[in-house]
Amino acid sequence: MSGTNEIPLLLAYAAVACTLLSGVVSMFAVRRHPNFLHFGSFLFLFFSGAASIAAGAWALLAKLSLTDHFALGLPWLDWHVRIDPLSGFFLMLLGTLVVAISLYGPSYTREFARGEAAQPLPPLGVFSALFIVGMQMLLLADDALVFMIFWEMMSLSGYFLVVYQHQHAANRHAAFVYLLLAHVGALVILLSFGVLAAFGGGLTFDQMRAAKLSPLWATIAFGCAFAGFGTKSGMVPLHVWLPDAHPVAPSHISALMSGAMIKMGIYGMVRVIYDLIGDVRWEWGVVVLCIGTASALLGVLYALMQHDLKRLLAYHSIENIGIILMGLGLSMIFLGSGHMMLGTLGLVAALYHTINHALFKGLLFLGAGAVLYRTHEHDLDRMGGLIHRMPITALLFLVGCVAISALPPFNGFVSEWLTFQTALQAPALENGLLRTMIPIAAAMLALTGALAAACFVKAFGIGFLGQPRSRRVARAREVPAGMLGGMGLLATLCLLLGVFPTTVIEAMAPITQMLVQAALPSAAAQGWMWLTPISPQVASYSAPFVLIAIVAVFGLGYLILKRGAIAPRRAYAWDCGFGQLTQRMQYTSTAFSQPIRRVFGGVWKVDEQIDTLASAGPIPRVTSLHYSLRTQDWSWLKCYVPIGRLVLAAANRIVFIQTGNIHTYLKFSFVTLLVFLWIVS
Amino acid sequence: MTAWAFAAAQTLLFIAAAPLLGGWLQRVKCHMQNRAAPAVWQPYRNLAKLLRKRMLLAENASWLFRAVPYIVFGAMLLAAAVVPLITVHLPSAAIADVIVLVGFFALARFFTALAGLDIGTAFGGMGASREMMVSALAEPAMLMAVFTLSMTANTTNLSVATEYILKSGLVLRPSFLFALLALAIVAVAETSRIPVDNPATHLELTMLHEAMILEYGGRHLALIEWASQVKLMIYAVLIVDFFFPWGIATDFSALALTIGLVAVVAKLMLLAVVLVVWETVLAKMRLFRVPQFLGFAFMLSLLAMLTHVVLETGG
Amino acid sequence: MAISTLGLYSQAIILFAALALFTSFMMLAQARMMPLIFTFAWQGLLLAVVSVLVAIVSKHPHLYVSAALTVTLKVIVIPWLLYRLSVRLNMHYDAEVIKHPTLLLLGGVGLVIFSYYVAQSIVHLSGLATRHTIAVSIAIELLGMLLMSVRKSAVAQVIGFMSMESGIFFAAVVSTYGMPLIVELGVAFDVLVASILFGVFFFHLRDSFGSLNVVRFNRLSEAIEPVPLPDVAGESTLRDPS
Repeated sequence: MSGTNEIPLLLAYAAVACTLLSGVVSMFAVRRHPNFLHFGSFLFLFFSGAASIAAGAWALLAKLSLTDHFALGLPWLDWHVRIDPLSGFFLMLLGTLVVAISLYGPSYTREFARGEAAQPLPPLGVFSALFIVGMQMLLLADDALVFMIFWEMMSLSGYFLVVYQHQHAANRHAAFVYLLLAHVGALVILLSFGVLAAFGGGLTFDQMRAAKLSPLWATIAFGCAFAGFGTKSGMVPLHVWLPDAHPVAPSHISALMSGAMIKMGIYGMVRVIYDLIGDVRWEWGVVVLCIGTASALLGVLYALMQHDLKRLLAYHSIENIGIILMGLGLSMIFLGSGHMMLGTLGLVAALYHTINHALFKGLLFLGAGAVLYRTHEHDLDRMGGLIHRMPITALLFLVGCVAISALPPFNGFVSEWLTFQTALQAPALENGLLRTMIPIAAAMLALTGALAAACFVKAFGIGFLGQPRSRRVARAREVPAGMLGGMGLLATLCLLLGVFPTTVIEAMAPITQMLVQAALPSAAAQGWMWLTPISPQVASYSAPFVLIAIVAVFGLGYLILKRGAIAPRRAYAWDCGFGQLTQRMQYTSTAFSQPIRRVFGGVWKVDEQIDTLASAGPIPRVTSLHYSLRTQDWSWLKCYVPIGRLVLAAANRIVFIQTGNIHTYLKFSFVTLLVFLWIVS
Repeated sequence: MTAWAFAAAQTLLFIAAAPLLGGWLQRVKCHMQNRAAPAVWQPYRNLAKLLRKRMLLAENASWLFRAVPYIVFGAMLLAAAVVPLITVHLPSAAIADVIVLVGFFALARFFTALAGLDIGTAFGGMGASREMMVSALAEPAMLMAVFTLSMTANTTNLSVATEYILKSGLVLRPSFLFALLALAIVAVAETSRIPVDNPATHLELTMLHEAMILEYGGRHLALIEWASQVKLMIYAVLIVDFFFPWGIATDFSALALTIGLVAVVAKLMLLAVVLVVWETVLAKMRLFRVPQFLGFAFMLSLLAMLTHVVLETGG
Repeated sequence: MAISTLGLYSQAIILFAALALFTSFMMLAQARMMPLIFTFAWQGLLLAVVSVLVAIVSKHPHLYVSAALTVTLKVIVIPWLLYRLSVRLNMHYDAEVIKHPTLLLLGGVGLVIFSYYVAQSIVHLSGLATRHTIAVSIAIELLGMLLMSVRKSAVAQVIGFMSMESGIFFAAVVSTYGMPLIVELGVAFDVLVASILFGVFFFHLRDSFGSLNVVRFNRLSEAIEPVPLPDVAGESTLRDPS
């Protein structure tokens, strides 16, 4: 267990140990010593995150795959762990978010230490630690037992974090739905592992890799893995827990959940489908592509109608998971049809979008938390004008909005560009039907990209720009430096990943090499400045060029036009002659999304009510107007309520056996005993 | 090195010529509607006047409001740098990816919409909200049309695609016909022309694009107006490059460049006349008829893709 | 084979076939009566041009006769008959209300994809270089049937029926160089007689039901109560489809 080759594994152990220590330290953070949590616990989390990044980077860049095993658990079943480029990639993702949170957390958790939202601090620290340990260990897992133990640990501690502010009934309900769906998902994942273990003869991933599965059983294993991991990722229609659970957790936990926890579902899918099952079929790719497209479109349409900032961000996570699934689906279609390089391109696009989403969604949730910290408002319709009161937070949130809307030169654009390029290679397929359906899916991706931009214009414009719509927002102050540091780290990474895509793709080569035995040699063939994934004639993009050009134009324009110019004069805004404009005359978030609501009407369940009170008389004058709008997700009503009703109906059929009469129950036991004795004899 | 100089020269020519196209458009429209027409270089005079004027900013305009004109103009400048105007083989052609071009337009639109929301008046919000709806619906049609073209040329690079179409000679492709119609409709929607938006309206309730930039004045307004003229020219040159590329220069000899220049000027003048006739014949639509109009464009582009896959490629 | 390898006439065949498909879509979304009849006439003309081009490419002169027949019937006689009928029934300014036109058009696109899928198994049976247009002909037929099933005005249904027949004729032209002339003459005159009979029946239907909106024909069913009737006066006025 010595030598430089073992270092990634040792670093990973160190990361887990630091996380556990952070949990232990936070147990001392009782009411009079909150600093144990603020400084002690988050300090250990910082080291844990740094160690995760180091372990992941080492394994990825040095292309190592290391295994180890412990004699914990059951006597005949050891715990196996493994670190390889794929888990290294996800460890880096997790570590980055943990580091950002450890910078953000000390100031943010002051909110829970005292005042109106006071909660006991030890549970927060302990369960955060268990949550992160769960994720770290499941990335290191090399057999199904370890995987499931830590998957459940992640889900359960997530429950306690979601229900942390348990005084509100809505939070308890959200946490319950989360737990329910997490468990259903875990059961289905267990089924998938069961199939693989049965054919492989054991629970370790090595045995599962060697298993020879017939196409039918491989499809069953795929179906269970996709459904189970998809529940955790939040794909439609298994997404109903996400928009309720993510907003009610503390903001740094929401960032971790949306940034890292749902990516564990993607990790699981990639691990099981590409690594353990191995032989990817194109039909699976079609299913994944269809569900990905539906998730992307529905996610963004539902997000557009939200006026709670964190709920909007949660629905957006569904959209981005849809985009990742589209990349995975395209990759599976190409791999199943024998086009290795195009399949690799799809996989690279999906993984790139995974890390991009972790970064910018984490940033956006931390920004929403910053606003919540200062103003205690989470409704967009009560915010506004924060760009003047919280300028740095506004700038960092803007970076997140620009990145998630897939605009150059940030990172969201690179992964969407790669997904489009993969889809555009559809003519290489022989199946004519796929050649017509894939461009349609790409057009839907374009639609979701444009709708996402609309959604974030709304979120940033209504929340940060304009005039303040409520008193507390008008008096907000900038957040402490720690929170700005956490957000700034993620924003800088968004920019870096957007400007140096070739470096990132080169770094991801070991992953694809390990999974599909192919890489993208041409991606950086023209030098670090040009991204040419297929060939220079087919497509090329130079992000550094774009950034330099934008900065140059900005600088030039500023210099040329500002020199010698008269300073502008301030005056009141154009009011068309009506007189003083108040802040109530601004557009609200509902008003902003009204055109889109009208165009895509059937997607939501809309209940709109307008009650007017008019005075009587020959010419009625409206004296009061009450407007209420409720947009709901159809999935709960169409998918889950019928299942609930079915279960209740079935239960009602057999309820007659519960008579409440003691004699009846005794008679049941008596008859059962007689029948068994008869069978045994 | 000379190639980069040519690229820079072409970009500057593009930017400088955009107001001229606007002036020609205005002149033809006035003649068609029996009005007295201003000179062709009136837009230059307008821009010069605006650049000299003192700016008036609303009291609560933020730093974002003041930065947006530069961002928008920068994005349009970059877009103009990548679209081949006179010649195809330029080094800047390496980032001439059509999806990147769409990304630049999206960047400009995002920030313009934010500028509309910045002051906190109802007009800006209305313009931003309507513009985002129209652009969201135009995006799938545009990308589907572009996909059809890039599936034919097997590239998303504008320069390589133009060369491919040049080299294949006269081929009657129905997919190109439908893609041309779809792209024309999308161009009308994105550049805020009739029937989607009236560029000359004074009524705030009928504005889409103008409502977002209502608060701008002085040099900010000059930059934004110039940027929208450049955008119109980019769409026109895009249509010309994809569907009627004959005459574009493929090398740097003086003769080829002259022919390229004359050809593109003639084509743009002709396209402007077509646009004027279209604008005069049609009336501006109600806002909620625009989704049907753009849905029609999407159907056209879907048809283009289908005819390409079914009829034009073997098997 | 890719289109750039075909001769100019074959390319023109493909172009006109695609335009005929486009007219099918236009008919699907066209709410007003006169443009609908006009579009149908255009479709007939485009298909006649395709017949002429196929005649030139494959050197089967009897296709010229087919083309002349199509022009006479589908472009001149039948549209004129329908126009006269509409004027006499005072329906020529009518416009139907189509709910969700965009969804209808997208459904049409789905039908085209389906026709492509269906045609893939029979494409290798034809010897013509432009045999991929079989998918387009199946699509035109299916779109005609969609038109018949979705639209409410009786004239639109007649046009849908005629359009189906056009699709079948087109399929015959591109896959087997046309049908035997006797079959074509027979079908063509059947269609002509059918349109005359339709005209006669329209008068009877209008007298019995008071309108030519096929929704009202529900009253023939013995099982259900009469449907609540839309405003009678409002049917002959132009209505804004949104």
